[in-house]
Amino acid sequence: MTGWLQEFPTLDEASLRILKKAFDSGYRSFSRSYGDAIEGFFDPLLYFLVWFERFLLSTPWWAVILVVAGVCYVAGRSRKLSIFVAVSLFLIGYLGMWEDTMRTLAIIFVSTLIAIAIGIPVGIWMSRSDRVQSLITPVLDIMQTMPIFVYLIPVVMLFGLGKIPGLIAVVIYAVPPVIRLTNLGIRLVDKEVLEAADAFGTDTWRRLFDIQMPLALPNIMAGVNQTIMMALSMVVIASMIGVKGLGQPVLQAVTNQYFALGLFNGAAVVALAIVFDRITQSYGRRIQSSRQTS
Amino acid sequence: MTTASASNIEIHSLYKIFGDDPPSVMPLVRDGVDKQELLESHGHVLGLRDINLTVKPGGIQVVMGLSGCGKSTLVRHVNRLIDPTEGTVLVDGQDVLGLDQAALQHLRRHKVSMVFQRFALFPHRTILENVRYGLQMQGVARAECDTRAERWIERVGLSGYEASYPHQLSGGMQQRVGLARALATEAEILLMDEAFSALDPLIRTDMQTLLLELQRELNRTILFVTHDLEEAITLGDRIAILRDGEVVQNGDSQEIVLKPSDDYISNFTKNINRGRVIRVGSIMEPTQPRPQGQAGKDYSIPSEMLLEDALPRVVASPHDNAAVVDVKGKTVGAISVGRMVHALSGDRLTGAA
Ligand SMILES: Nc1ncnc2c1ncn2[C@@H]1O[C@H](COP(=O)(O)OP(=O)(O)OP(=O)(O)O)[C@@H](O)[C@H]1O
Ligand SMILES: [Mg+2]
Repeated sequence: MTGWLQEFPTLDEASLRILKKAFDSGYRSFSRSYGDAIEGFFDPLLYFLVWFERFLLSTPWWAVILVVAGVCYVAGRSRKLSIFVAVSLFLIGYLGMWEDTMRTLAIIFVSTLIAIAIGIPVGIWMSRSDRVQSLITPVLDIMQTMPIFVYLIPVVMLFGLGKIPGLIAVVIYAVPPVIRLTNLGIRLVDKEVLEAADAFGTDTWRRLFDIQMPLALPNIMAGVNQTIMMALSMVVIASMIGVKGLGQPVLQAVTNQYFALGLFNGAAVVALAIVFDRITQSYGRRIQSSRQTS
Repeated sequence: MTTASASNIEIHSLYKIFGDDPPSVMPLVRDGVDKQELLESHGHVLGLRDINLTVKPGGIQVVMGLSGCGKSTLVRHVNRLIDPTEGTVLVDGQDVLGLDQAALQHLRRHKVSMVFQRFALFPHRTILENVRYGLQMQGVARAECDTRAERWIERVGLSGYEASYPHQLSGGMQQRVGLARALATEAEILLMDEAFSALDPLIRTDMQTLLLELQRELNRTILFVTHDLEEAITLGDRIAILRDGEVVQNGDSQEIVLKPSDDYISNFTKNINRGRVIRVGSIMEPTQPRPQGQAGKDYSIPSEMLLEDALPRVVASPHDNAAVVDVKGKTVGAISVGRMVHALSGDRLTGAA
């Protein structure tokens, strides 16, 4: 009689199938009719990524090491750190992973740029209105808790395998921290300093760019740092949908049980992570120390 | 409101209520509901009630009162950092509340500038960049900004610190920067919200001296907020005392100390060193000196003299009284030791001596 008390009331199988089918076919027809247009939209990005990858690969290895160590020195003003970076890059090359590392470097660099380009404006928008904040925050929560593979599916359905779907997946996964910390950083700017800016007749734009953004910068940098780390952690998963780089050998190592291969490439990812982390963090610290509030 | 000279700041029937629906409680506030009751039974905070204040050009008007009485709220109406619930605020005869965004910015850039209790310097900018900020907002060319800012930095005694950041300076030095930043715009009106309250007593005295020195030269119109009576007396040409959002007395230091309008004010003045506040002219008998006292040089004292200095002089004179003379040396009244002691003891002077 009261069957639903003993057994969970499920939708019968037939309707469930229809529901899923409707969903799938709906999305499929969407991707069929708009897929090309959307792909075309992302083409410039693809060109840029391919160009940057080729550029890194065709530049002599020592020049790349010099430039990265140089950037590192400019950002952090630490000689020790720059030497560490140069040595780890050299070791990576010496162990035969130079090309894959350059590919990974390229996709991380480009996806971080995109994440910043999207994340900072969204963060600013969020910081300006409590309503926008309360709308976007749950979306960010979902983006960060949804299993990655789930949003790989629609992306792959739309774009097939390749660099662009990989890039999009990485950006979706990695963008929340920049957004959150841009929003937080701007909201944390001292109210009295803002009042002073208003009292001197500052208009909205200058208030944003001359006062709020510079003062939020240490927090924004912390967000960028996290974003890069998350992008790096996506390398292996992105390789499953055809992104070349350090992830592919790892994947190969897992399926074939090549322990050393997995370990070396994993270590290269870690080394890249440390390089990025130290560069962004020491830059963040440096701006913080000259811009301390009293 | 007197006619003649246009006053720089005029505030008429100003009301400010904080809460969800201020207009709904306005009738109650007008009927005189007290602050406590308004908060407890109606959920609104009384900020200001029926403020009428006229600040003449070139003077220092002090606004004084206990914490939470509405001092900050009041000054922030002048440059409209706060919008009133009701009332009028005129700056140079111009209705501040009628200004659109652009006009308001113009007012804040050119006419009214401000110094803050906790300095509120821009932490990411150097001292020079802080001081020239207002000039940049005015659209002054960079080179001129720098020379003018430089001059103000020198004027407040901070030459050599142009390239430092605020956090590298002590509190007193930071407030000098705050003062230079506000003065640099050449705004006619200067709002100072407890500008010296965060400083150590000695530094504070230095800053008061600096302000008075600058003011002698610049003649700005200053609205100065403080909760400290000594500071109010040192700086204020006029002192308005606020309680629970209302002005309870507005007068010069002599009136506040000698004729406190109620107990709230006598409480403020209770612990003051009266000898260092009250001037002979305020308590003298405006008559001719008694016949036996020749109005000789030894026995006359200037009416501007403080009781602290005058009392030993009169006591040392052969008679227990002296003639009081004005700046031109003309006799304007007489003062007796008894009268001085009476004033120092804090009893209210009634008409007869
Ligand atoms: N934004 C606000 N919202 C609600 N209430 C406020 C707000 N700003 C001020 N108040 C209230 O208005 C009253 C006056 O505040 P105000 O800051 O002007 O006092 P004050 O005299 O400057 O005090 P203090 O000496 O502590 O600076 C206080 O009761 C305060 O709680
Ligand atoms: Mg205050």
